[in-house]
Amino acid sequence: MSTVKMTVNGKAVAVDVEDRTLLVHVLREHLNLTGTHVGCDTSQCGACVVHVDGRAVKSCTMLAGQADGASVTTIEGIAKGDELHPMQAAFRDNHGLQCGYCTPGMIMSAIDIVHRHGGQLDEATVRTELEGNICRCTGYHNIVKAVLDAAGRMKVSQAAE
Amino acid sequence: MGVEGIGARVVRKEDKRFITGKGRYVDDIKLQGMTFAHFVRSPHAHAKVKKIDSSAALKMPGVVAVLTGQQIVDDKVGNLICGWAITSKDGSPMKMGAWPAMAPETVRFVGQAVAVVIADSKNLARDAAEAVVVDYEELPVVADVHAAIKSGAPQLHPEAPGNQVYDWVIGDEGATDAAFAKAANVVKLDVTNNRLAPNAMEPRAAIADYDAAEEHFTLYTTSQNPHVARLVLSAFYNIAPEHKLRVIAPDVGGGFGSKIYIYPEEMVALWASKKVGRPVKWTGDRTEAFLTDAHGRDHVTHAEMAFDANNKITGLKVKTYANFGAYMSLFSSAVPTYLYATLLSGQYNIPAIHAEVIGVYTNTVPVDAYRGAGRPEASYLIERLMETAARQLKVDPAALRKTNFITQFPHQTPVIMAYDIGDFNASLDAAMKAIDYAGFASRKAQAKAQGKLRGIGLSCYIEACGIAPSKAVGSLGAGVGLWESAEVRVNPVGTIEILTGSHSHGQGHETTFCQLVAERLGIPISQVSIVHGDTDKVQFGMGTYGSRSAAVGLTAILKAMEKMEAKAKKIAAHALEASEADIVIENGEFKVTGTDKAIALPMVALAAYTAHNLPDGMEPGLKESAFYDPTNFTFPAGTYICELEVDPGTGKTSFVNFVAADDFGRLINPMIVEGQVHGGLVQGIGQALLEHAIYDANGQPVTASFMDYAMPRADDVPSFNLSHTTTLCPGNPLGIKGCGEAGAIGASAAVINAITDAIGKNNLEMPATPDRVWRTIHAA
Repeated sequence: MSTVKMTVNGKAVAVDVEDRTLLVHVLREHLNLTGTHVGCDTSQCGACVVHVDGRAVKSCTMLAGQADGASVTTIEGIAKGDELHPMQAAFRDNHGLQCGYCTPGMIMSAIDIVHRHGGQLDEATVRTELEGNICRCTGYHNIVKAVLDAAGRMKVSQAAE
Repeated sequence: MGVEGIGARVVRKEDKRFITGKGRYVDDIKLQGMTFAHFVRSPHAHAKVKKIDSSAALKMPGVVAVLTGQQIVDDKVGNLICGWAITSKDGSPMKMGAWPAMAPETVRFVGQAVAVVIADSKNLARDAAEAVVVDYEELPVVADVHAAIKSGAPQLHPEAPGNQVYDWVIGDEGATDAAFAKAANVVKLDVTNNRLAPNAMEPRAAIADYDAAEEHFTLYTTSQNPHVARLVLSAFYNIAPEHKLRVIAPDVGGGFGSKIYIYPEEMVALWASKKVGRPVKWTGDRTEAFLTDAHGRDHVTHAEMAFDANNKITGLKVKTYANFGAYMSLFSSAVPTYLYATLLSGQYNIPAIHAEVIGVYTNTVPVDAYRGAGRPEASYLIERLMETAARQLKVDPAALRKTNFITQFPHQTPVIMAYDIGDFNASLDAAMKAIDYAGFASRKAQAKAQGKLRGIGLSCYIEACGIAPSKAVGSLGAGVGLWESAEVRVNPVGTIEILTGSHSHGQGHETTFCQLVAERLGIPISQVSIVHGDTDKVQFGMGTYGSRSAAVGLTAILKAMEKMEAKAKKIAAHALEASEADIVIENGEFKVTGTDKAIALPMVALAAYTAHNLPDGMEPGLKESAFYDPTNFTFPAGTYICELEVDPGTGKTSFVNFVAADDFGRLINPMIVEGQVHGGLVQGIGQALLEHAIYDANGQPVTASFMDYAMPRADDVPSFNLSHTTTLCPGNPLGIKGCGEAGAIGASAAVINAITDAIGKNNLEMPATPDRVWRTIHAA
């Protein structure tokens, strides 16, 4: 057993876990942040993507101990109160989700994609970058639209800040 | 149409919880004192279970119990059932082997459970499961259809000699033979419809909670039809009578058919929760999903189509072997018969059809309905045949289809279905225009100049949805009626709850069903909520599959609304001292037509519940319910055209354009309909290019992870160009046909027709991987 100390969605947390515990299980089972999902067991589907120190990470592929001292952001932590993150709003407005299961991971990956590419996003780039996130419902068409839409919104909101 | 009424592109009400991480799926739920189940599964495709030694596991920390297949048999938990009886051509009933929830004696596919460990945590259960020692005696294996039907093949079930479940026929053999005897041309085709893993993104899960004092079970489960689950668990599996069993399907992360069935894991969780006296949770991982979720498709077919000298189809002969896996799953028997062979007329006037379907057992996981369920197999076969015929007869594939389209409705096919309405020319024309079919030859020439092989492929699909008229399916062997129920509850403050037996697991019912209420009453959808997925809240329902929720479920809501409105109008007329016949409903008010007299819905509702001044003899309250049983199937149809390029050096396919022109009848929310089509198309494209659930000759699954099974990713598929042509369905008052499966039904043929057009060779099986395409190009 080890104690893992992290900042999760802006709050300091300390949890005692078996050394083999994955980050995703700490989030879901110890911290009750069940928005982060598990869709596979081979690090392929991306339903578990969160941000660790600002970078998109598959939380099923990281031991909780590796996140000791890190700042973790989950899907529950990206809206500002009632104001949705532009990526969340874009997914809703473009019907970028159906069953909702892959959605948190998609949104967390998509935010990272926009951050890494700045304003330089086109459809082909978004499709390539989403390779690590599997959706079975939407056929990706509206997810791609949502990411491109959000990229524009995020640029505007950054410019405003 | 109001701003939120029928036809409006309303953003979804349910999205807020999903985009903020507040969805509530089964695995998100925790109960006090909960234990965790992990199954001990067979590593062999066929073996005798000689001995199970749990002694080491039972000594491990946190282990509550290890339960085996023999115990579940001893406790008289029922075997799994197949709910649709099919009769063979010799009049004998289908031949079924017993399927216990955990195998006491014989395992027949890799992944079949033989025991379960119940422990205080998921990890402890998993650790202990590894310590359960099972002594197996391996038996010979049949892993596919070809192996199963060989004479002298190893037998799976003594009840089914020759591994044959049934040999079923439909149509008129004599008339079909006569048509072939007179044919000017005969086109022949052998096709394999590749086996698929459904792979909803949320793995299956269950939490069972037994209350000993009340002798009552609660089951949280990943189900598309919680009431059907309760019915089957009560009536056939002896878990508990229905009033002592509550089934809740909360947010469910996709289904595609795979979550229709009641699986062994739910049964074991319920049984075990009573045995250990604590709640039991089981959450499948992706490997278990590949090993134990019912797979889809897996047909081997030979077909022949007869043409007269004018290129009119005169007959169709089909022989299909359908792989059912090791046991008959809940609706499996109906998939390659009444959901497949009844659609073999496609969009075409075919005077004589004869089809034979032989269902066989193999040492693989059971096969059942997966998005489209039989109709993709039929559509793929017919549309590959039409393209093959066009090539053989040297006519334009679009022209050959037009020559043979059904244009008069209603149209009785030779294979049961009576198409009520459609306009197949309209959807073909719309798709041809959208893709600039006329300009294809010059685009192909340009591509050739750049070293690329360009192809175009059509697929004119038809499906039967709105499943289904109860009397009709009952006469064909179904064990249940396929109506739907609804209840409209107007609260005293005028807000409305709609209770439905449909279940939303991505389809957007919480929005579209509210749109009907908004349309009729002129109130915002924020004042309406949809209640579903809980057998304690909704009286009964048949769930969501077969593109039935709008055509059947929403019609049930409409019927209940009409009853509620009739009563509300009486109350309004009484309050306004007007004639009931003069009351109209507009913008949330009951108005006396032609006057400025009106009473708002909340006041009518309040009057209904205070009951101070109701018409004489009227019962208080404002709540109505309805059951709706459809009169016919609905027949969504359309044309998909795919244009793509093949790199002859690598065999890799790249999409240039993909257009869809669908006729779904009336659309409630076009945004949601488009989303359904996008998703279906990608499942069809996935089947055509990427997906294949493969077992080796020993019955070992070799594609049991996302590393090995090629799921379509964002960079594998194009964006789509969608349009709609509309003929309103005459079979239901809203004119709805259904849109949930069309994409998966029509897309695969368009892709393979395009690739075979590009490479100039007709024989190409799915999935058309670069390797397979390259070999086909370069084959002698």
